[in-house]
Amino acid sequence: METIMRDRRAILVFVGPALLFYTIIVLIPIVWSVVYTVFEGNVVEGFTFVGFTNYTTLIRDPAFWQAFWFTVKYSVVVTAGQVGVGLLLALLYLFYLRKSSPLIRTLVFFPLIMPTVAVAELYSKMFAIQPVYGLVNAVLAGLHLDGLIQPWLGQAGTAFFVIAIMDIWRAMGFYGVLLYAGLVDIPGDIIEGARIDGASGWRLVRYIVLPLLGPILFSALIFSLTGTLKVFDTIYALTGGGPGQATTPLTLAMFNTAFTDGQYGYGSTIAFALAIMCLIVTLAIFRSARRDVA
Amino acid sequence: MGQTLTRPTSKTQVKDELQTRRPFSMKALLSRITLWILIALLLVVVLYPLIWMLLSSFKTTDDFASAPFWSLPTTWQWQNYVNAWNSGMSTYFVNSILVVFPSLFLNLLIGMAAAFGLEVMRWRGSNVVLLIFLAGIMIPAQMLLLPLFTMYFQAGLINNRWSLILTYTAASLPLTVFLMAGFFKNVPRSVIEAAIIDGASIYQVFYRVAIPMVANGLFTIALFTFFFLWNDLLFSLTFINDDSLRTIQTGLLNFTGQYGQVEWGPTFAAAAIAVIPTLVIYVILNQQVIKGMTAGAVKG
Repeated sequence: METIMRDRRAILVFVGPALLFYTIIVLIPIVWSVVYTVFEGNVVEGFTFVGFTNYTTLIRDPAFWQAFWFTVKYSVVVTAGQVGVGLLLALLYLFYLRKSSPLIRTLVFFPLIMPTVAVAELYSKMFAIQPVYGLVNAVLAGLHLDGLIQPWLGQAGTAFFVIAIMDIWRAMGFYGVLLYAGLVDIPGDIIEGARIDGASGWRLVRYIVLPLLGPILFSALIFSLTGTLKVFDTIYALTGGGPGQATTPLTLAMFNTAFTDGQYGYGSTIAFALAIMCLIVTLAIFRSARRDVA
Repeated sequence: MGQTLTRPTSKTQVKDELQTRRPFSMKALLSRITLWILIALLLVVVLYPLIWMLLSSFKTTDDFASAPFWSLPTTWQWQNYVNAWNSGMSTYFVNSILVVFPSLFLNLLIGMAAAFGLEVMRWRGSNVVLLIFLAGIMIPAQMLLLPLFTMYFQAGLINNRWSLILTYTAASLPLTVFLMAGFFKNVPRSVIEAAIIDGASIYQVFYRVAIPMVANGLFTIALFTFFFLWNDLLFSLTFINDDSLRTIQTGLLNFTGQYGQVEWGPTFAAAAIAVIPTLVIYVILNQQVIKGMTAGAVKG
């Protein structure tokens, strides 16, 4: 038995192919990408060693900081929206809908699995002003709110707002289901007991439901925060980072730096900064989660 | 929360409750109505954009210009779909299938084997290797992009389906390995040991005993990975710029770039064509899809 379970050749046959693929296509590129940060150039023109120039450029680059703050703002707003609306949905599913809950859960979940470009296409037409009014401007015109009709995607402030709505709309059903699964696991008699003791509404949610939801809420937060820090598809397809650079997240700044400007070194430096951000956010949430439990 | 929690136990209590309930029922009715309005609002917010997209995909250019947004198409313009399909969507659709399914197959095959080797087989370092796989979930894809582009460029794989197949297979490995390892953990050791005592080799144990026992989990991961790969934009955008090789996401983007400004009908039809396969799978398998998509978040 032991010899069969410890058979080195069999272990190599099982683990080898995956480890080989993973090493060549994921692990080596990660290290390689960090090495790129002290070089500049691209595959066509070749590379030159530049030391820490890319890092000093990064710190003084207003375009980087603009993308950085956009990413932070977007992450905070959209995570609050996705997890917040998701929590409201989960409470709705559990306490108010019973028989119709599976159907509504299923419907609200669907946008998540739609191709992101199709979603962005839909939203760009919903908020369009040219050549004809999209859904939103048409509704405003129908309500005689002509003053509110505007090029939603052509202005920095409103474009941010449209992107945030789109990404909350896309993922809220996902967080609804995720948090609902957590709510179902809370023993019913704890909630009933709290109710008999007079807790209801917001107080019930704040003092009973949220603390008991702890681990799954943290996992939703990590998922949403790291997901929004890495946002690319929806913004690339909806606004392309515009107007100007107003809605350019770090991922897109990296993409443009590398492939439009041909600066692989500087692009890798931005990617590295993004990876560090993801790491810090995840560790910070883990630490605060541990403190909460203790 | 709008409902009574204590259950009446005696007749007097029932009577009491009926009496106290009468003024309450108006309030209960009101909260019921509020609830239904809330649900209706939710469904409008979620479904109306999708319905609008579907209806719009049948409209003529004149419909967009002159009829109000809520009107049905004056004539059902199936031609929009024909135009969208013939001006590229058919190619993108086929390309996505040719890239996604081989990747999915390879990913599941080697991912499942690795998970078996890491979880069931006994060797020092298996935990470390599992952690290394897990770490891949956190790394942004932007860190892989430039080295991979350089590699594929040197190897002549840019504008070649293999660049996508290789990348997709490897990039989706962390979650496959991690989740499959979790499923193998639940296979009772006694079953595996019994099979070995009966004379099965470790490979036979893998595909005759272990795989059938995790078939449900495998299916869940397959669905998750399918959507992850089918909806990829970043890698396809980076490694492919030949229009005849574009996948559904980059193809749709390109299609919109060409026709999207003025020709709304075909653009919506193209978007609908991109959505339909996911919709069909979702209608048939929605519970498994939901399970698959959330498994990654709970475990990761």
